[in-house]
Amino acid sequence: MYVAVKGGEKAIRNAHKLMARDRRGDTNVPSLSLKQISEQLYLSVSRVMAEGSLHDAELAALGIKQSRGDLIEAAFLMRAYRTTLPRFGYSKPIDTAKMLIRRRISATYKDLPGGQLLGPTFDYTQRLLDFKLAADGEAPAPEVQEFEKEEVVPRVTDLLNEEGLIEPDEPIAPDAPVGDITREPLTFPADRDLRLQNLARGDEGFLLALGYSTQRGFGRTHPFAGEIRLGEVEVDFFMEELGFEVPLGTMTVTECQMINQFQGSASTPPQFTRGYGLVPGQGERKVMAMALVDRSLRAEELGEEIDSPTQDQEFVLSHSDNVQATGFVEHLKLPHYVDFQSELELIRKIRKEWQGKREAAEQELVAEAAQ
Amino acid sequence: MFLKVKGAEMTASSLKEQSPEIAARQNALGILAKASAQNLAEAWKNLGLEPSYTVIRPAEIGLVMVRGRAGGTGAPFNMCEATVTRCVIALDDGTTGFGQTLGREKQKVLLAALIDALWQQQEHRVLVETKVLQPLASAQEQAENETRAEVAATKVDFFTMVRGE
Repeated sequence: MYVAVKGGEKAIRNAHKLMARDRRGDTNVPSLSLKQISEQLYLSVSRVMAEGSLHDAELAALGIKQSRGDLIEAAFLMRAYRTTLPRFGYSKPIDTAKMLIRRRISATYKDLPGGQLLGPTFDYTQRLLDFKLAADGEAPAPEVQEFEKEEVVPRVTDLLNEEGLIEPDEPIAPDAPVGDITREPLTFPADRDLRLQNLARGDEGFLLALGYSTQRGFGRTHPFAGEIRLGEVEVDFFMEELGFEVPLGTMTVTECQMINQFQGSASTPPQFTRGYGLVPGQGERKVMAMALVDRSLRAEELGEEIDSPTQDQEFVLSHSDNVQATGFVEHLKLPHYVDFQSELELIRKIRKEWQGKREAAEQELVAEAAQ
Repeated sequence: MFLKVKGAEMTASSLKEQSPEIAARQNALGILAKASAQNLAEAWKNLGLEPSYTVIRPAEIGLVMVRGRAGGTGAPFNMCEATVTRCVIALDDGTTGFGQTLGREKQKVLLAALIDALWQQQEHRVLVETKVLQPLASAQEQAENETRAEVAATKVDFFTMVRGE
């Protein structure tokens, strides 16, 4: 237990000054601008926006600069900032079919309508450090090619749907309430809307490890990346004063549809089932892991045996938030002097009793030997 | 607020009748929201109007919770919040203009609100469309087409090898 301490103001102030100096580093090196971070470290910015659960690239860049590149600390700063702002309301759900696509791949269909668009990816690079980048950092102009403009690019899952081989998205009751973990604490069992919200802001490393564990046999999944897409979608917001929806502009999102085998049950024929991942910004590894975990967490709904951590809602959802996890793990650094004093006294007392018992036992042994 | 100021009692059916007008306004608001603060400021300068106005709701920064759908088409869920700035102004004849955008952009939403209000005035609509909306929209379309062309160049056609070959 943590007992409050006081004092130490001067040392704390000086420590923060020292941290600020170290953060700045060598002053012969130019200071980073937020634009440099948001333009050139966009994948870090994306992660901070996803895990900070706040879409604002400039704020994420500030968080990264302020935290010296500690992305969990930066997400923490984002979470703290959002509490200072009023909530205007909820957007209309974004429509990823109408995305301006910058990348779209499927591991299941070679010739999917709309094509496989590799876009800006690390895939198929050789993972060799690029010393040319170290020297100048200038980029070549991208190639261009003729294209057919498509306003709507169908999802791979819609294609399988036509054959009835994949489960459709559940029909939606209009006006059904949508859970919000920023308003109501999470309780179990949690519905899929709450689970997806939790996973969307969950730690990438944690979800990656869990997703990986399902592939290695802890939980039964045999997934295919049905589709991954990256691009810009419009965000619409209903303005009560106007009585209609207005566009707020576009935001970058990454989406993943995982397709998994399903044996079928008494009521459902064998078919493919799905896991879903969606995050703000560009976060491909995150959405893939999210989709694997989402599918695993549907074990109960699909009547599967629950025998691995990733199928356990409470285990996954209670430990996915890295801001919460950091708070609890790192609070151990704070002074626990009073608590530790009492533990010290307790251990001294127990030790004394233990020694007393041991000496008594030894004397008994000596006495027995003498007889 | 706009509906009230215009003095027209809107019922569901009249809203429907007006829907082309609403759709046109949504389109205009979409172009304004998508424009960068800098491009909008330049377009405003080109417009060359300096209307007097009162601020009904000063530019304020807040949050909108952005929703997605499970599986893309299923039940909605909350993905993450986004910063949003909004502002409402009124021109001297009472026409109200609304400006809103993702991000923290107070100057941008003020200009967007002014442009929205001017667009509603019949005497200014053509000017607003030709000087502001059309140039912004065509620049946006051009940028999108550049993206499409660059992405099209990465369209891949893998050949599947026969196993054991």
